[in-house]
Amino acid sequence: MKAKSRLGGQTIAMNQNPPKITSRASIVGKKEGEGPLAGYFDKILEDDLWGEKSWEKAERRMYIETAELILKKAQKEPHDINYLFGGDLLDQIITPTFAAKSLGIPYYGLYGACSSMTQTMSLGAVMVDGGYADHVLCVTSSHFCTAERQFRFPLEMGVQRPPTAQWTITGSGGVLLSSEGVGPVITHVTTGRVIDFGVKDANHMGAAMAPAAADTFRAHFEDTGRGPVDYDLIVSGDLGKYGRQITIDLLKKDGYDIESRFIDCGCEIFSEDQDVHAGASGCASSATVLAGYLLKKMEDGEFNRILIASTGAMHSTISVQQGDSIPGIAHAVSIEKRG
Amino acid sequence: MDSISVKDKKTNKDYGDYVNSISPPSNIVINCIKAFLTGGLICTIGQVISNISKNIYNMNKEDAATITSITLIFIAAVLTGLGLYKKIGKWGGAGAFVPITGFSNSIVSPAMEFKKEGYVLGVGAKLFSIAGPVLVYGISTSVVIGLIDYFFVR
Repeated sequence: MKAKSRLGGQTIAMNQNPPKITSRASIVGKKEGEGPLAGYFDKILEDDLWGEKSWEKAERRMYIETAELILKKAQKEPHDINYLFGGDLLDQIITPTFAAKSLGIPYYGLYGACSSMTQTMSLGAVMVDGGYADHVLCVTSSHFCTAERQFRFPLEMGVQRPPTAQWTITGSGGVLLSSEGVGPVITHVTTGRVIDFGVKDANHMGAAMAPAAADTFRAHFEDTGRGPVDYDLIVSGDLGKYGRQITIDLLKKDGYDIESRFIDCGCEIFSEDQDVHAGASGCASSATVLAGYLLKKMEDGEFNRILIASTGAMHSTISVQQGDSIPGIAHAVSIEKRG
Repeated sequence: MDSISVKDKKTNKDYGDYVNSISPPSNIVINCIKAFLTGGLICTIGQVISNISKNIYNMNKEDAATITSITLIFIAAVLTGLGLYKKIGKWGGAGAFVPITGFSNSIVSPAMEFKKEGYVLGVGAKLFSIAGPVLVYGISTSVVIGLIDYFFVR
């Protein structure tokens, strides 16, 4: 028996009913809305609470409105959607779960830390390609305030951040994967391995995740026989400026030069003067930049083929307190404009 | 960093050294100067309050010290509530964290943060989530020092 869509050790080729990205939407917070990509997002929050009683409820509302926007743009109703794949950063992934409750779509909640955007897209793509679904909604979110209180300190605590620290994005982004319709096609999915090079500094997530990003890109190139030159753009989720540099260096050792065509979503969403240190992080980093900026650029014809890997730091506050290092993961999705 | 590659697995130490070599450290000299100025200013304000208490209101040394602590804690609590203390903390670092005002900030900030989870399991349970270790080891240390003082010094 041989799996006919399998390529090498970690990759699946979408060769039966390749899923098309037929709709997309993104909502971001106020600070993100003051950054260089502001014009690409569908909605910008006026403040972190957005009229809700708690930041968690604000994040949930962002998630639901993103999902509804995606459906509205595709002229679909929730009952048209076969699956919702969702992820966020919070304990027991409450944001997509509570959103799924109000949307009423059959739901798989996934935890992949900040890698959840391409994690949900990977599984959604497999569902469509395999003929198990016609429409799969993939949405993820993160919120600066909910992440800070869960992983770090209360917001009003007067603490300093080191230069390598990153800033969790407030936002939500997602896509609709469909068996039919118009839009860029997902051609390959490369599943990441959990890689841990012993980084224990929770203020240096880029260093913890970069080896996983490099490993996944390398696996993708080996499995598909493609190289960096086959892509107009290679994108990581939220490595920040130091993690981006580490990824470039690691891949160079393996003989892949990605530097000239490699961007990190976490480095794109804020400008230097927004005081976010190494860059942005969070599920919404790759989600909003993909759904808002990258797919728009593909529509405009600026990029025809991109490889995007959301990157996740798979620690918890407990694992860090018990002295464990921070394992990283990255899942890559190859997206291509056809016709 | 020549030896590092995802493929040929080298030790985590090599990777750690390489990461350190490309990551900028915090600027310790500048941060120390800022901390010195911030902490010094807070302590100077405390001294002014103490002097006023003693010289104008004729308080004794203990009462003046108590009034000074209470006043500084109050000011820091108000500044935290107004969202200003985090800015002082970001600039002044340890200079803002070590004095009693930092202690106040570390109690008021979780009180504000966890109010949404209710007064018992939110504020009540989380109030000392940051200051707790300071209290535990501060009080423990004072007990030990007190015993040493009682048995060996007196």
